[in-house]
Amino acid sequence: MLPRDQLSDALKLEGRPSLVAFFTAGYPDRDTFLDVLKEVCSAADAVEIGVPFTDPMADGVTVQRSSQVALENGVSLGWIFDQLAGRDFELPAPVLLMSYLNPLYAFGFEDLAERALETGVSGFIVPDLPYEESGPLKQALDAKGLALVQLVTPATPKERLAKLCSVSEGFVYAVTRTGITGSSEGLPNDVSDYLAAVKSASSLPVCAGFGVREQEQVRRIAEHADGVIVGSALLEALEAGRSPREFLESLRP
Amino acid sequence: MTNEDHEALFESLLNGSLPDDEGRFGPFGGRYVPETLMPAIDRLTAGVHRYLPDAQFQQELQSELKSWVGRPTALTHAPRLSDRWGAEVWFKREDLAHTGAHKINNTIGQALLAKALGAQRIVAETGAGQHGVASAAACARVGLPCTVYMGEIDVARQAPNVDRMHRLGAEVVPVTSGDRTLRSAIDEAIRDWVSDPKGNYYLLGSAIGPHPYPYLVRELQAVIGREARTQLLERTGLPDAAFACVGGGSNAIGLFHGFLADRSTALFGVEAGGRGVELGQNSATLASGRPGVLHGTHTMLLYDDDGQIQETHSVSAGLDYPGVGPEHALLQLVGRVEYVTASDDEALAALDECCSLEGILPALESAHALAGAKQWAAANRGKRILVGMSGRGDKDMPILADYPVNRSKGSVDAAA
Ligand SMILES: Cc1ncc(COP(=O)(O)O)c(C=O)c1O
Repeated sequence: MLPRDQLSDALKLEGRPSLVAFFTAGYPDRDTFLDVLKEVCSAADAVEIGVPFTDPMADGVTVQRSSQVALENGVSLGWIFDQLAGRDFELPAPVLLMSYLNPLYAFGFEDLAERALETGVSGFIVPDLPYEESGPLKQALDAKGLALVQLVTPATPKERLAKLCSVSEGFVYAVTRTGITGSSEGLPNDVSDYLAAVKSASSLPVCAGFGVREQEQVRRIAEHADGVIVGSALLEALEAGRSPREFLESLRP
Repeated sequence: MTNEDHEALFESLLNGSLPDDEGRFGPFGGRYVPETLMPAIDRLTAGVHRYLPDAQFQQELQSELKSWVGRPTALTHAPRLSDRWGAEVWFKREDLAHTGAHKINNTIGQALLAKALGAQRIVAETGAGQHGVASAAACARVGLPCTVYMGEIDVARQAPNVDRMHRLGAEVVPVTSGDRTLRSAIDEAIRDWVSDPKGNYYLLGSAIGPHPYPYLVRELQAVIGREARTQLLERTGLPDAAFACVGGGSNAIGLFHGFLADRSTALFGVEAGGRGVELGQNSATLASGRPGVLHGTHTMLLYDDDGQIQETHSVSAGLDYPGVGPEHALLQLVGRVEYVTASDDEALAALDECCSLEGILPALESAHALAGAKQWAAANRGKRILVGMSGRGDKDMPILADYPVNRSKGSVDAAA
């Protein structure tokens, strides 16, 4: 099975919402990256590893902070691949890389796809790469069966929503609110209508994220979507020294 | 790409078919923004195509440019500098425009556009503070609230402009993340824009960012080159060479556009050479960068082998940026414009020389254009040279306090 199809399968579960966990590689510590990954992988249904970038323009303060510390810790895309290649455990859940475009561009798209496949990465989420600009990266990933996940937002017009859902791979990332990651304002009132609209436009699993922090929010999202994505709240749990597994399990309804 | 490809690209630029519908200037440009912003970018693009050619919009804009900005700005002959350099030197005086720099041409145009598009609020970034001041002034003029993001390093080194923004009614938000200069201010302005892409209008201050900004800003700044060309033809003739400083590249693209078709006029963009050629010591994006993607556009950038954006240095806050407008990347690729550098010291010396010989205090940014012109004049005697005087140096007084007059040989020498 292609990596991107494995990813879809892992997120479409009977009877319970899937949980996608995001954390920045090498944060809070570089040395514990694989330990954190292993634990997060065992508690989540898919994992997004954040590649740090100097200019995370779609991210709130938590991801910004983690990104800056990870860079200071010497984390790079190449380092992440090396770590993944050197691990001595199976990944119980599919892993994606979430990265701004420039680190991927600097790596070279062909090499990127090759290395991702070798190291067990299933796909990519690129927050500053709208579909219109994605041709060259998508071509390189398609050749290896890797997913390029499209994001949709409450601001996405209907026709565009249909288009993005039809070209997405792995799953559809439904951004719950217009804004940056890490909001603590909760879910917008009309989140149900929005998620229902995304769901009806998509044949892939729909996972919703941005500002998800509590079990109650997970429950509300699960009424319409296949899964939830948790990022900033997990990073904050890691900062507080909490076990990522415990934190993630506390979110499951 | 072959020479013919380059020539064909340049022809497309001249005949107006670039940027294309995807916002590309050949291999550069595009719209690399978060999905949340795509509908806003589409609305803005439609608005640009609707209002820029609209007779009523143009009438209002031209009227504001004339009676509020003070256009046309003067073309000034610089006789004593000409003697010193062995050249015929002319200045296009954007320093005389309202608020003291070319930035106002862009902000009044975009503020009128924002109003026409029904925006509730303006968000802007600033480096030197000139764009922030010009945004604050234009927003007051059209009656829209304005928030300006400014890196905290720039807040400290361009203090007079921070006070001016406050006076003009803008909220100034110091940015403490990232490199704490222009680059981080843009990151933060984009984050604000994303939070309400419908109500917010992002008033970008240079010819950078996602399409349609590089096009929109160029169209609004092209008045510089158009006026300069007409004025030069009235008074002397086409220049042999024209120089403009390049940060994001808005004053330069505005000056160059008037002369692109005049092949006898050599065009030079002058970037900040800072303290030296090593990565991190300068902001010479075109001179030493490589293609990459930042702030919504595919262009030349300064970044390391991991794709991380490089911190930059320039004594001039307005040039202290690791990217450059995509149209400049194209003009470099096709060979129509040559991009050179002037160091901090060369710019400071040129500033002093201009003060003492012509009675004009240029902005530190503009002093880079002067320094580039001076270098060229030394190797090309007797030529007619146009220098884009993008702004005045009043805002730089706190920085200049660290560089007392007479600090370098040949700077102040009124008797010469
Ligand atoms: C006077 C002046 N000139 C030039 C610049 C550089 O900007 P650009 O390259 O967009 O003209 C600035 C930017 O703040 C400025 O204030």
